[in-house]
Amino acid sequence: MTTLDTPQDLAATQVRVNDFAVKLANVNGTGSASANGLLMRAIFRMGIPVSGKNLFPSNIQGLPTWYEIRVNGSGWTARALDYDLMVAMNAQTYAADVTEVRSGGYVLYDSTWPLDAALARDDVTFLGVPLTQMCVEAFERPKERLLLKNICYAGVLVALLDIDIDVVATLVDETFAKNERLRESNQRALRMGYDYAREHLSCPLPFHLSAMDATRDSILIDGNTATALGCLYAGATVAAWYPITPSTSVMDNFTSLCRTHRRQAVHRPDGEIDYRNDYLIVQAEDELAALGMVLGANWNGARAFTATSGPGISLMNELLGFGYYTEIPAVLIDVQRTGPSTGMPTRTQQGDILACAYASHGDTKHLLLFPANPAECFDFAVRAFDLAERFQTPVIVLTDLDIGMNDWVVPSLTWDDAYLPDRGRVLTSADLDVMAEFHRFADEDADFVTPRTFPGEDSRGAYFVRGSGHDKYGGYTEIPDKYQEVVDRLALKHAAAAGHMPGPVVERRDRARIGVITVGSCDLAVREAAELLDATGLPVDVMRIRSFPFQAEVREFMAAHETCFVIEQNRDAQLRSLLVLETGVDQSKLKSVLVYGGFPLSAKHVVDGIRNSLGG
Amino acid sequence: MPSIAKPLVPLQHLQRNDLGLTVRDYEGAPSTLCGGCGHDSVTAALIEALFKLGIPPHKIAKLSGIGCSSKTPAYFVRGAHGFNSVHGRMATIATGANAANRELTYVGISGDGDSLSIGLGHLAHAIRRNINMLYVIENNGVYGLTKGQFSASADINSKSKKGEPNLLPPIDPIVMALSLGATFVARAFSGDKDRLIPILQAGLSHKGFALIDVISPCIQFNDHEGSTKSYLFTRQHEVTATDFVPPREEIVAAVPDEGAISVTMHDGTAMRFRAVPEGYDPTDRQAVARFVEDHRARGEVVTGLLYADDTVADLHDLNKTPAAALASVTYDRLCPGSDALVKLQASFR
Repeated sequence: MTTLDTPQDLAATQVRVNDFAVKLANVNGTGSASANGLLMRAIFRMGIPVSGKNLFPSNIQGLPTWYEIRVNGSGWTARALDYDLMVAMNAQTYAADVTEVRSGGYVLYDSTWPLDAALARDDVTFLGVPLTQMCVEAFERPKERLLLKNICYAGVLVALLDIDIDVVATLVDETFAKNERLRESNQRALRMGYDYAREHLSCPLPFHLSAMDATRDSILIDGNTATALGCLYAGATVAAWYPITPSTSVMDNFTSLCRTHRRQAVHRPDGEIDYRNDYLIVQAEDELAALGMVLGANWNGARAFTATSGPGISLMNELLGFGYYTEIPAVLIDVQRTGPSTGMPTRTQQGDILACAYASHGDTKHLLLFPANPAECFDFAVRAFDLAERFQTPVIVLTDLDIGMNDWVVPSLTWDDAYLPDRGRVLTSADLDVMAEFHRFADEDADFVTPRTFPGEDSRGAYFVRGSGHDKYGGYTEIPDKYQEVVDRLALKHAAAAGHMPGPVVERRDRARIGVITVGSCDLAVREAAELLDATGLPVDVMRIRSFPFQAEVREFMAAHETCFVIEQNRDAQLRSLLVLETGVDQSKLKSVLVYGGFPLSAKHVVDGIRNSLGG
Repeated sequence: MPSIAKPLVPLQHLQRNDLGLTVRDYEGAPSTLCGGCGHDSVTAALIEALFKLGIPPHKIAKLSGIGCSSKTPAYFVRGAHGFNSVHGRMATIATGANAANRELTYVGISGDGDSLSIGLGHLAHAIRRNINMLYVIENNGVYGLTKGQFSASADINSKSKKGEPNLLPPIDPIVMALSLGATFVARAFSGDKDRLIPILQAGLSHKGFALIDVISPCIQFNDHEGSTKSYLFTRQHEVTATDFVPPREEIVAAVPDEGAISVTMHDGTAMRFRAVPEGYDPTDRQAVARFVEDHRARGEVVTGLLYADDTVADLHDLNKTPAAALASVTYDRLCPGSDALVKLQASFR
């Protein structure tokens, strides 16, 4: 068997425009991420729906890392599982990578070294480009040779996939606008790859791109950036956090946004310019401290939040129960990763649903929001602050690594300048003037919320926050009836919040008797699966849950279908358990499709899961 | 001490402070601690100190963790908001509260279990951040509410009520705080109200983290022979390092200027030390640490305002926050608005 350096049509390949998937296998820490991101952004700028999934290790340099680009003119950009083209740039994983290409697909490899004959497949086409050799000849410094190899293969892909070279060149110019030397070398590497491919390979491949106009009103953004923007626009002034993958970039982004939008230059008397910051971000000593700070700041009337992941939620449990029982607002962003324990920090999962719903000892229940994409991260971050203050309780926004750290094409974010924060029931001195007496947990409204006061306002509003047993006047109690009166109201308050939280998104089809229920980042894959199932004669209705506690529509959806599949990314069917526990639905009605290996969900998982369960 | 509420109408003429308030306005609910508990003396001294400084009750925020000491914020300044948090986490709540509103006077009350075991990490980091607050450790060397276990401040070979010796070395909050860059460090004895009140006043006036370790004997579980946190032991082994004139208090003519050391407080007032031992300098961190360690090695308990530096940046200085409370910044100043959102999204194209 020989390796092939020229393209051959080994399988009859139909021409497919704007519908393919490319997987790039790299070594992490070698600069591949920026080259891969560049390609994805260029496709987005060509107006074509695209996604990029970074499947990276918990490591700084040397381990295998993959990047998947899926292009789909119809907008189905969940993870693909069969790849038309594998860019095999990591010798450590060649063997496995080559097997992942679909029959009739292509492998691009660095032909500076001959490919091991044992890797060859006769149903795929191998495209060799001597990338290392080209970069060694073109560039002087070892580091430059290594980094620019990535841009060089990007150039090859530009030719193979018919990516607009001008768009890519513009992106390179923008990226290195402040460094002419890098700009020049990157442009040179890009052209080198591009020209080589045009000269030696038959370009474009049967699957390739053609410019569209489907992303004009869209942006390319990751969920953590969008969440940080939401916190900025919600008026958060205090943030406390402890660094943890994959949530770190929430606070990194919030910090840089604050530096731009919350910093005022102040001219000092001595002529020097100083700054006034309308924010305060504390990198705490641990997650316990982070939530303690958030509760302290909210108690004092600031909008404050923290961002964390599963291990942080575990540490915050005690204070989550405290916040619930003492009725102090708090916003937590949980960017879920794979558990249990340390788990796989750079892999995605939806494994914190139950841990968050009932976090802490004793009878506790929290308000949860489940955004499905970065656009909802922005929206839900703002709503989280309103809900936390209106219901005086912690609100947890559960995103995940797929949403938080990958770039998604979503509609441009919009802002209503008429928005004003919902501070909930807060009494001022003027309110206290006309009251006989203030009691912290008395005088509930229709949503079972009682008014609070801020420290520093008025002595008549002073009360004593305590996590110990208390009566509706805020006083210490160990008397059963008085204790129960308060915790019973808390249960009613939790239930009442459902009506103020985002309800499920339901997508119905004619003749559907089966329901599919899902949550968060599963959204796109599940909706694509519903299309595929419909096309093969199995119409299903889809409901995506967006918050907890559940609304009446959630119960109604389950009641209206004889079988519901619950699609989620954890081993123990946590969403299904929560539905059974909280709605009393007949659990035999709910079947699970569970994908929890750590990589984002694909429509194929869902179709196969449902088909298998139904017996083919 | 279990007691009944005092009558609202004072039986005698009470002195009024600058706000026209009496000491009664700084009192709280009746204590439910044991009769003779050192913590009640600390509460009484704190009431006196807050009254003397004339801080408006509603501008005080009282915080605590869990334990006997942490119950006490209920027993002073009923007109102040109080926050009885969870075990060991008071410093974190205070940090967040202070971040949101720098205009209040923060009074944190903790114990040796709360601060030196479960909450040690938080205490250490609050010191590093120089949170502007008074942080009192009511230190009795024992877990009272769970009936007599040793705490991390118990000295080696000090005896429990049942006669068992403590085998582990103690954590001395004074020495630890000095090593962490604390800007105000003092130790007092709950049985010596005359010295405790001015130290509390000084701590309340300090800009930054004021740590006061108060030896406050547990009458039930750690006031016996063999204890090194008992009333008797403390009286017999106390070495008062410093005596000083609290800030904002008139310096009486009897105090000689010669040899006195003066520390300028943030508000410009001077705090003058007197009766300082030969060579003692309350601004020399290393020397103070050595002095405390030397005496500890001899089994002595050093009390007094041991170290003070009012010139160090606090959390807000470091973060360049506005002079007024962050929580009071109006929303229109916080939200960049729709135009800015359109503009900044250009970078997401």
